[in-house]
Amino acid sequence: MSDKQKGLQGPAPDERPHPAGRRNSQGIRIDPEVESEPERRRTVLSAIVEDEPGVLSRIAGLAARRQFNIESLTVGPTTVDGHSRITMVVEEPDPGIDQIEKQIAKLKPVISIGELDDDAVRAELVLLKVRGEDPDKVHAITKMYDGTTLDAGPETITVQLTGDERKIDDAVDAFRRFGIIEIARTGQTALAHGAKKTVPGEEPGTSGEPTKPTTNTQ
Amino acid sequence: MSERTAATTDADASSQSDDEPTQTEVTSGATAVVRALENAGVETAFGVQGGAIMPIYDALYHSDIRHVTMAHEQGAAHAADAYGVVRGDPGVCLATSGPGATNLVTGIADANMDSDAMLALTGQVPSDMVGSDAFQETDTTGVTAPITKHNYFASSPDTVGDTVGEAFALAAEGRPGPTLVDLPKDTSLGETDREPGDARPPETCRPRTDPDDAQVEAAARAIEQAENPLLLFGGGVVKGNATDVARNFATEHQIPVVTTMPGIGAMPEDDELCLSWAGMHGTGYANMAITHTDCLIAIGTRFDDRLTGGIDTFAPEAEVVHVDIDPAEISKNIHADYPVVGDAGTAIERIGAEMEHSPDAREWREQCLVWKDEYPMDYAAPEDEPLKPQFVVEALDEATPDETIVTSGVGQHQMWAAQYWTFREPRRWVSSHGLGTMGYGLPAAIGARLAADDDETVVCVDGDASFLMTIQELSVAVREDLDITIAILNNEYIGMVRQWQDAFFEGRRMAAGYEWCPQFDKLAEAFGARGWTVDSYDEVADAIEEALAYDGPSVIDFHVDPAENVYPMVSSGAPNGKFALSEDQL
Ligand SMILES: Cc1ncc(C[n+]2csc(CCOP(=O)(O)OP(=O)(O)O)c2C)c(N)n1
Repeated sequence: MSDKQKGLQGPAPDERPHPAGRRNSQGIRIDPEVESEPERRRTVLSAIVEDEPGVLSRIAGLAARRQFNIESLTVGPTTVDGHSRITMVVEEPDPGIDQIEKQIAKLKPVISIGELDDDAVRAELVLLKVRGEDPDKVHAITKMYDGTTLDAGPETITVQLTGDERKIDDAVDAFRRFGIIEIARTGQTALAHGAKKTVPGEEPGTSGEPTKPTTNTQ
Repeated sequence: MSERTAATTDADASSQSDDEPTQTEVTSGATAVVRALENAGVETAFGVQGGAIMPIYDALYHSDIRHVTMAHEQGAAHAADAYGVVRGDPGVCLATSGPGATNLVTGIADANMDSDAMLALTGQVPSDMVGSDAFQETDTTGVTAPITKHNYFASSPDTVGDTVGEAFALAAEGRPGPTLVDLPKDTSLGETDREPGDARPPETCRPRTDPDDAQVEAAARAIEQAENPLLLFGGGVVKGNATDVARNFATEHQIPVVTTMPGIGAMPEDDELCLSWAGMHGTGYANMAITHTDCLIAIGTRFDDRLTGGIDTFAPEAEVVHVDIDPAEISKNIHADYPVVGDAGTAIERIGAEMEHSPDAREWREQCLVWKDEYPMDYAAPEDEPLKPQFVVEALDEATPDETIVTSGVGQHQMWAAQYWTFREPRRWVSSHGLGTMGYGLPAAIGARLAADDDETVVCVDGDASFLMTIQELSVAVREDLDITIAILNNEYIGMVRQWQDAFFEGRRMAAGYEWCPQFDKLAEAFGARGWTVDSYDEVADAIEEALAYDGPSVIDFHVDPAENVYPMVSSGAPNGKFALSEDQL
């Protein structure tokens, strides 16, 4: 038992040496003179998952509680029984994208996940319902964007469009003049370009071989 | 208990004559579940009975697995968690559906934050009633999805045994954590004769244990060149059973070590190289070392904000080597310049083998010793002031064997226990770190007691308010005749809150008073335990001696100085190097 003044001993905070270094909000060491915050970018992640109940909600829940910014999420079966492909468009700075990938990879039903290159083939399906007052003009625009008319009546016309994001955005703009009543977009789905594998460890689709689980090294 | 023992003895007697194993046949989902637990080597489970879990309990009736009925499911989860921490195998807890399952939630979340391997089995309403808001129905897999490594809804009696085995194995695989299997009653009662296979983790969750060559090489080069190298041992060193390898590495290369709070015991705290733990209430010297290192070799830590303080000023000069089995921890909070993904022990061994020479760090080691002298962990204990809590912790440490297991609640007492107890071995400091759960201490002591050898000592250092949160578990300690010493550092406050109110809310002590807390010694006696009240220095040693000598649960209510605060302290988000040594430095 020591009998001395209250509190612990030692130089006060300001009398101690303090290094000048600094890290940014991502924990990366930076030059203190330069403000450097990473820029966000948009990218597509593709994952092969075991098709078990709740897999989509596990992924969506993970994104929500970790505050990942997911713009779209699509899911559908693959050539392998019991496997599905999930395609996600995300917008985050690089370390964030890395983190999304790694956190999703940890989920038990996830077999493999990867980020697609810029040259990936991407497409989205959109249904658009516009006013039916100018059927000819609507038809012309639909043709221009390689769309299909699914339903036409005196009051509304519904068309279907598919394509990459740019084309879809342009088309939606073009249809605006008729008054868009309703719109339903699926969000992007995508596959790697050419013979490249879409996710690491993925076997060519026709083989019917299951994708091999991958171990992330970093 | 006695009824069950009698039944088991009968079964033993009849089966032993035929020389058959004591295991009963798999006839139902429930028996398959129990067989899976037996196959996995489970010896003890903690839980509370109830409608939807009754078939599992019925199957346990004929098993040698020891079941400990807890007073509350939260207690079952914490006990299982602590049991697992001490033993190194997943602890198991059981609960019925609905309220039983939701009562487990805090304990599951706690295990999840601290990467403690644990298996929770919950009863569920029959499958055809799921989703109908049936009596005692809760979407348990939904509720626990964010706080488990993985959870399962067991839909078939034929596969439930394998599912339970998988869940058990997954809990321990790679980065440990809690898993849960929700067992609808029809699955448990359903017929099957399928013997579950060995407990195996799922194919999709096999971590990389042996690190990549290039990563090892790069890390080794970085460490060789460091001038001020510092090892940071996290809970992963303890949970990965890498303590020996980690200590050898530190000693061979003469690199100073700081730990995180969950990493306490990874390095003997009385070793000259050990600077104890860093972070909000860590030692001044540990925080100085973190602030000035040029190469931080972090092993098995997730860089929690209680450790890092403000990210922008954390180890601001350091290149970071980060070894972790979980790739998602790499660069999550602090960017890793040299990531090494793999098992802690394997990675350290590989890095050590790759290093051609030790870093030249003589001056740095001397500097660390200077900081140890400059910022000693000490406290003032004037005779005219009430009993100091730190004194009680030191007295307990002195009176108990070196390898005593210490559990704690959450608050000031937890920090004093971690600061003033000298830990020399891993798995001896059992506390709630990441979640900071008040009420963890007593049920954890029960789990630890059952996991430890009989000759080991178990002490729970608790706060008055923390103790009250799970005090009902004292009935379990008495019933099971567990030799546990509970030392309450009673300051009649939720003290850590009072400390923050004084420091950051201009002393407005809203809802921080606890002066109505009961006479714990009497309450202990009412439960059938022994109790003492101590409020002066000269009573401390005797009370501790008597309590330790008493073979059963004992409670010492130490009335300590209500004004005492925990220092050093790094304010939330402040630089670690700016730790305050007293209130006027905050
Ligand atoms: C379940 C729970 N509720 C609330 C808190 C917030 N909290 C943190 S420390 C603390 C005070 C704990 O009081 P006590 O157990 O008496 O310990 P002391 O700080 O006085 O040593 C509180 C209320 C918590 N950590 N856990």
